[in-house]
Amino acid sequence: MDATALLLSRIQFGFTISFHIIFPAFTIGLAAWLTVLEAMHMRTGRPVYQALFEFWLKIFGVAFGMGVVSGVVMGFQFGTNWSVLSKMSGPIQGPLLSYETFTAFMLEASFFGVLVFGRKRLPPRFYLFSTAMVSLGTTLSAFWIMTNNSWMQVPVGYVLQNGYFVPDDWTKIIFNSVVWSRFPHMLLAAYLTGAFCVAATGAWYVLRGDHYAESRVMLRMGLFLAALLIPVQLVFGHLVGDYVHDYQPAKFAAIEGRWHDEQPASEVLIGLPDPATESNKYEIKVPILGSIIASSSLTSKEVGLTDFVLQDRPPVLIPFVTFRIMVGCGLIMLVFAWFGSYLSIKRRLRRNRAMLWAIFLSFPLPFIAILTGWYVAEVGRQPWVVYGLLRTADAVTPFLTAPAAMTSLVLFGAVYLFIFSFGTFYIYRLLRAGPTRLVVEPPHGASPNRPMSLADPELIQSTYPSAGE
Amino acid sequence: MVLFWVALLAISILIYLLLDGFDLGVGMLFGLAGSEAARDTMLDTVAPVWDGNETWLVVAGVILWGAFPLVYATLLSAFYLPVIIMLLGLILRGVAFEFRHRAARQFRWIWDVSFVGGSFAASFMQGVTVGALVEGLKFTDGVYVGGVLGWLSPFSLSCGVGLCLGYALLGASWLVQKCRSDVRDTARRQIPGLALAVLAFLIIVFAHALIENLPIMHRWLDRPYLFVFPAVGAAAAAVLVSSILHHNDRWPFAAVAVIFVAAFGTLALSFWPYMIPFAITIDDAAAPHASLAFMFWGEGLFVFPLMVLYVAIGYRVFRGKVGGTAGHY
Ligand code: HDD
Ligand code: HEM
Ligand code: HEM
Repeated sequence: MDATALLLSRIQFGFTISFHIIFPAFTIGLAAWLTVLEAMHMRTGRPVYQALFEFWLKIFGVAFGMGVVSGVVMGFQFGTNWSVLSKMSGPIQGPLLSYETFTAFMLEASFFGVLVFGRKRLPPRFYLFSTAMVSLGTTLSAFWIMTNNSWMQVPVGYVLQNGYFVPDDWTKIIFNSVVWSRFPHMLLAAYLTGAFCVAATGAWYVLRGDHYAESRVMLRMGLFLAALLIPVQLVFGHLVGDYVHDYQPAKFAAIEGRWHDEQPASEVLIGLPDPATESNKYEIKVPILGSIIASSSLTSKEVGLTDFVLQDRPPVLIPFVTFRIMVGCGLIMLVFAWFGSYLSIKRRLRRNRAMLWAIFLSFPLPFIAILTGWYVAEVGRQPWVVYGLLRTADAVTPFLTAPAAMTSLVLFGAVYLFIFSFGTFYIYRLLRAGPTRLVVEPPHGASPNRPMSLADPELIQSTYPSAGE
Repeated sequence: MVLFWVALLAISILIYLLLDGFDLGVGMLFGLAGSEAARDTMLDTVAPVWDGNETWLVVAGVILWGAFPLVYATLLSAFYLPVIIMLLGLILRGVAFEFRHRAARQFRWIWDVSFVGGSFAASFMQGVTVGALVEGLKFTDGVYVGGVLGWLSPFSLSCGVGLCLGYALLGASWLVQKCRSDVRDTARRQIPGLALAVLAFLIIVFAHALIENLPIMHRWLDRPYLFVFPAVGAAAAAVLVSSILHHNDRWPFAAVAVIFVAAFGTLALSFWPYMIPFAITIDDAAAPHASLAFMFWGEGLFVFPLMVLYVAIGYRVFRGKVGGTAGHY
């Protein structure tokens, strides 16, 4: 293996997983939103909930399909590019990932079929139950993935035997305390994504003067949910930060941009970390706040990066910057959600076009926060792939050559950009067409295993003549 | 426990071969279809099932990783380029199903090309993989040393062609079973040619194995009972010939499927007890008991049978010919 093959593998993994996470982030939230809509429809009987349900179900179908297609690749990339890792940690990561596939297959695939075909044929209660099961499926799938990744961040419950990480306590692995702050953090992030996309769509329709009843429900529900969840998310963000502080001090120092031990520590708000001088340029810092954030104390000593030998230090710039982007997105979302909810309660939101525009344009924020959050977690974990045990450089397939890695990276880039553009264009077209009051029959050929078929073009043409203009 | 997981792995791979085999085959034959109507019909025969079929690849993959991590790591990295090209092929053909009829008429060819090309690339690469395994990868002390292109040989490439032909045969017999009139008749006319090509391919492989004195040959000589499988395969081939001659619609698919099972059985048993012949055995590769047991008590015992049941129900729901009453298969 040469150094460039390692670098190319890392870029490839980062690229493909970043591409993948965009879709789960969206579908986990949407599945929960669909469940809520169906429950509201059952309770109130108002047709607007059903119209919204049918509308978002189609969008869910496309996003879900893209999520599955890109997820299949992830399942194999551990073996192709990270063969040493997948051999050593296979006894732990393999079973966890196989549970992900099995539960997802069982719950998502079978009950999704019911959603497509069952509206007319099943009692409403069972239909609601199926919606909830799809949602549970996506949630469980996220749980297994987070367990898996948390084991890589904080390995527990294993013994090292003849070059394998052998599980000796599954309860420790699954009930790893780290999972229970990171999994909610991820789940809330997905719900926020759903909430913001829904609210943004509502705002868009108001701006266009379309779909009065639907846009009202979407704006209110999206904003209220976000207004409630963001503070909770910030609390969990803090808890996630606590685990990093306790288990991964080097990552924590990188996030904080703290080069030298400090007591009490200050908090760098912004700056530009410079590894050459081991200091930050243009920094603005607040004294003592660093100790308060890290240890809830006014006097604690916090470690700096220079405590670690060079080869054990993570890159600093990426975790430092991406962390601030994530938190920044969270704060902006907080402002929008609270102010928007306030206006909505006061019944002034519909007239406030500036605010509507702001909400409409804010839908990328949760996606950006999720991606940057993962960059903090993964880049900050470097140079380890299994923290403290296995270095990324030792985990890569030993005989992989740079030309081979380059070939695969270029192919992935080309194919993904190609299908991504069509997929997003397609979701955009559905969103633009908007919901309809018609109760739509499942289109010809739609099937449980073929989620995207829900959004059939003929059907769109016939139900929304304005689509695809 | 180890045997249990070997069995589940083998079943998953076999289900994958048969199910994705026919829909990849249809994908390749799609390129030969004469009219737009024929292409639509062909797509309709696989559209409701292809995604579920492909999931078996993921199932086999994660079982392999969890239960036999050494084999997972070794095979996927040794077959780096074939695996990645196969995955990309599967993605392209997968989205083509959905995007094709959405595209404006003048751009539809893009998705037709990616459907045929993706199906072809995936099938070819799977064949190459099997071929390279039969021929034997380079190992020293249980560590793969063949490099990134260790799989590349005239033999493995010809196995790629062979598997494409085999899948196309399976696909054609599926079309005979699922279609009426034109599409069925075209497929029926393609079967003899494809079948002869597969036969010729098998003879060449066999001759090559003899001439090169591949280690796998000794297995067959040591284990004469292995010839049961080719015998079953030959019987199935006879059924295929007669069902084609009699214009029977149901039997060709069953016959070809049995031929596939026979071929799979032959290979699996001649590898036994190796998973990667002749370097890594099942016992070398098995994950520790704690991992196998953890998987057994949940997914192995409960979820796996449910999944097989689910597939069976799915195929019952979609049985019969396509294109009858709209909206129903
Ligand atoms: C927090 C959520 C999350 C994260 C971090 C990941 N995934 Fe994922 N994945 C899902 C959440 C998810 C999901 C919500 O369950 C998906 C997305 C859409 C879908 O259908 O299921 C999915 C689909 C999906 C599939 C297809 C499953 C199927 O056939 O139904 C596979 C094989 C993977 N993923 C594998 C991975 C791997 C190997 C990952 C990491 C390296 C990964 N995913 C990260
Ligand atoms: C979906 C959210 C995820 C995102 C956005 C993400 C992002 C990234 C990025 C950007 C890298 C490259 C880091 C670098 O090169 O410095 C990386 C590496 C890696 N991540 Fe993740 N990751 C995610 C989830 C996971 C999960 C769930 C796992 C394991 C189950 C995982 C395992 C790895 C591995 C093995 C590497 C390769 C080693 C490395 O380059 O660091 N990641 N990830
Ligand atoms: C005050 C606000 C926040 C704080 C203090 C915070 C803190 C953190 C920290 C320290 C990490 C790194 C965890 C690790 O290394 O494993 C992280 C990861 C992450 N954050 Fe945040 N976060 C905040 C807001 C948000 C928001 C608003 C979102 C999304 C809407 C978000 C999504 C994520 C995601 C997806 C990850 C990666 C998954 C993980 O490692 O758990 N965060 N967050």
